[in-house]
Amino acid sequence: MSDADNRLTAMLGSIPYARFIGMRAELAGDEMTAILPFSDHIVGNPMLPAIHGGVLGAFMEMTALAQLSVAEPLKRQPRTIDISIEYLRSGRPLTTYARAKIIKVGRRIANVHVQAWQEQRAAPIAALRGHFLLTSTED
Amino acid sequence: MSTQNAADQHRLIANTMNEGSPQARALGFETLEIGDAVAILKVPYRPEVVGDPETGVIAGGVVTTLLDHASGQAVHAALTQWTSIATLDLRIDYMRPAEPGRDVLARAHCYKVTRSVAFVRAVAYEDDPDNPVAAAQAAFMLDSSAGKKPGANFKPPRGQREAGAKA
Repeated sequence: MSDADNRLTAMLGSIPYARFIGMRAELAGDEMTAILPFSDHIVGNPMLPAIHGGVLGAFMEMTALAQLSVAEPLKRQPRTIDISIEYLRSGRPLTTYARAKIIKVGRRIANVHVQAWQEQRAAPIAALRGHFLLTSTED
Repeated sequence: MSTQNAADQHRLIANTMNEGSPQARALGFETLEIGDAVAILKVPYRPEVVGDPETGVIAGGVVTTLLDHASGQAVHAALTQWTSIATLDLRIDYMRPAEPGRDVLARAHCYKVTRSVAFVRAVAYEDDPDNPVAAAQAAFMLDSSAGKKPGANFKPPRGQREAGAKA
């Protein structure tokens, strides 16, 4: 396993809420895909049924944090400053995937965009943009 | 509808949303107050909801879920008739980490309802809404499940079915 692989596994394994919703992630080279298998306890609307919007937001936020941990070694988890979530389609009872793109990493702040999809990558179900406060290992 | 009927209906919707929504139930959400376009919810502190094990601080994602859920209940508390709703967008500012070991509350106020959209502001805090952990601004679509039958999400949406057939 590469260093990035180890950092990713350690990072997600250390977040109880990531385990609670059943989230994991895979690396192909430097490209990370976060995976959220469907389970009953992540449902928000039981009638349709639809995944809870908060769970999708949390999943994408943790995808952004995981991507930052893959990109470079961090002594501590970055802190979320703000996130803006757009809900595009309802989350159906299927596996959800997400990929994050680091738009900019400065000395203290990173800007990350995330998209989540299910059956078709071209039909995203939600998107997130966020700013994260970094604490690098040099500090 | 009388005021008492409205209060009963809002309480019923809150209880249904907390008990009937598996994620809300799994996290132990409880509605402390609901009515007049305002909802106050609580998530109890438990080991499963931690985001940073070094500090024991609750996960940002749990706060996101709580703010979303509280905002939805505030929309219902602003309406006289039940209608299906769906979050369109949710923006959250995290001002400070929540105090480890403490329950987190969220107070949401639906300050404007139009024919199609409801607008909500919400804060998350431990004791004092004026000393927030996080603040949120959200927009909800009203009558979002119009024409959808129960179980509609087990089938792919129409556009996707057609796209799949062409591919």
